[in-house]
Amino acid sequence: MSSRLRRLGISIWQARYIYLLLIPGIVYFAVFHYAPMSGLVLAFKKYNAKLGIWGSQWVDMANFQRIFTTPAAVTAIRNTLEINFSRLLFQFPVPILLALLINEMRGTKLKRVYQTVYTFPHFLSWVVVSAIISNFFANNGMINTIIASTGGDRISFLSNAALFRPLLYFTHNLKEMGWSSIIYIAAITAVDPTLYEAATMDGAGRLQQVWHVTLPCIRTTIITLFILQVGRVMNSGFEQIFYMQNASVKGVSEILDTYIYSITFNAVPSYGFSTAVGMFKSVINLVMLVSANYIIKLLGGNGLLG
Amino acid sequence: MTAGVLKPSNRIRVSTSRKVFLVINTVLLLLLCAAMLYPVIFVTAASFSEETAILKGEVTIFPVRAHIKAYEKVFHYPLLWRSYGNTLLYTGLGTLINLVLTVCGAWALSQKKMVGRRILTLLCTFTMFFNGGMIPTFLVIKELKLLNTIWAILLPGAVSTYNMILMRTFFLAIPQSLVEAAELDGCNDFGVLFRIVLPLSLASLMTIGMFYAVAHWNSYFSAVLYLSKPELYPLQIILRQVVLMNEIVENASSTENVMAEGIKYATIVVAMLPMLCVYPFVQRYFVKGVMIGSVKE
Repeated sequence: MSSRLRRLGISIWQARYIYLLLIPGIVYFAVFHYAPMSGLVLAFKKYNAKLGIWGSQWVDMANFQRIFTTPAAVTAIRNTLEINFSRLLFQFPVPILLALLINEMRGTKLKRVYQTVYTFPHFLSWVVVSAIISNFFANNGMINTIIASTGGDRISFLSNAALFRPLLYFTHNLKEMGWSSIIYIAAITAVDPTLYEAATMDGAGRLQQVWHVTLPCIRTTIITLFILQVGRVMNSGFEQIFYMQNASVKGVSEILDTYIYSITFNAVPSYGFSTAVGMFKSVINLVMLVSANYIIKLLGGNGLLG
Repeated sequence: MTAGVLKPSNRIRVSTSRKVFLVINTVLLLLLCAAMLYPVIFVTAASFSEETAILKGEVTIFPVRAHIKAYEKVFHYPLLWRSYGNTLLYTGLGTLINLVLTVCGAWALSQKKMVGRRILTLLCTFTMFFNGGMIPTFLVIKELKLLNTIWAILLPGAVSTYNMILMRTFFLAIPQSLVEAAELDGCNDFGVLFRIVLPLSLASLMTIGMFYAVAHWNSYFSAVLYLSKPELYPLQIILRQVVLMNEIVENASSTENVMAEGIKYATIVVAMLPMLCVYPFVQRYFVKGVMIGSVKE
């Protein structure tokens, strides 16, 4: 026993500089990630600034019960889920499709140009992009000027509850599709070319090659990103919605993140309740991530961690 | 190719439909390029155009009755310059802190001789999927007396777990024989990191540094949460004020009100400019980062 401890001591001493390098990182994660996690006890308390987090009174599950008895919170949960499933439907496949289309252009110089242009909007902040969007889709904006000049009626895209969500998906796709497609392009590039040759020998057309060779080969990448997406089921793109939201579309656009923000900053803040809503969100995300990972492993796929 | 030789008749038919497809595909992809580039072109053109032309929708690609009055207005708005300076400082200093911490952590986690490497990596990864949330984090920062200081912006995001794991993947790809050779020559672990590993990883450092720098440049919420002094505000906050709340216009006299649209566009251009200038040259680093990230373990 003591000799094992001694050996452990020696191996630690030999790697002492490495542990030294590790210290700043450990301090960082302890202070800015794990300390706030311990602050989650607030979700079970009624926060009192004078008493602090630890001194405040316990209220058991009252804050969580309040989530389900507050209509605004329930609406936020419903909106979050609806927007997220729509994003899975209307946004998740788009980069895959784009990667397939770009891949068909391989060998041409344009491929580089496409990649540069398509990935560029990802690096603009949502503040900038939402500003451009609101100018383009405003009542006197570019889009409506075109509609009016062709004899149509002006449409108030930004304050129309029925159009707001499609606008979210459309603009999100324009901003992010190029960046998200890179990972798929990388995966497609790694496909063994002899597979295509074999498929051609068997008489497969281009479309069949995509279906029977390319897609199965990049399946792991698609599944990995799908699991990660499912793990974000309770986040539905906070920044985009926060900047594009306005009073007339609040009913269809208020998600949990914007709800947490508004109850924390706009009304009389209830730290305990806000924390409870946040924790509810994080826990569901984590549960969904782990379950998606588990189910995919059951189905014979590779999970997140290989 | 082989198929073409085997079935010559088939080859011509396929290549015709292939040609049609390629043409349609090219048109589609070019349209998409246009859809992404046009807003930037329009905003730039509008920022140089006369107000009435913008409002009437006369601006399409080129400025109409070009002038630079909107920019003069923007440049005379003191908070904008202040925030520009702040953002440059946050981006520069922040990225430096990010890189130092990320490199140290990633290098340590990539060392097989370190005991507890797996559990530490797991604990770091866990923070990507679960966190304390807005209020507990805020309270920690308040307890540390960081509110309304530059450190509230720089420290809470000092390490991005994703980037650290990316860096670790880079480091794991460095041949172990190089490290061993250096150790035989009497290098300690510091020496190995600074003399051997870092010079070999300049491209990866660029990549990760770029990711961090962009995040700092675009950062908005940490300032909303942790700063209440306008003189500390970063660019994005001022930008949002100008664009949505007509901050400059409200402070201006009625004659200047005529400039509202032009000023918005000019501010957007000023905020986008560094990205527009740098992006085409550093784009390959970003792409490389994603590619490495897609190769797991």
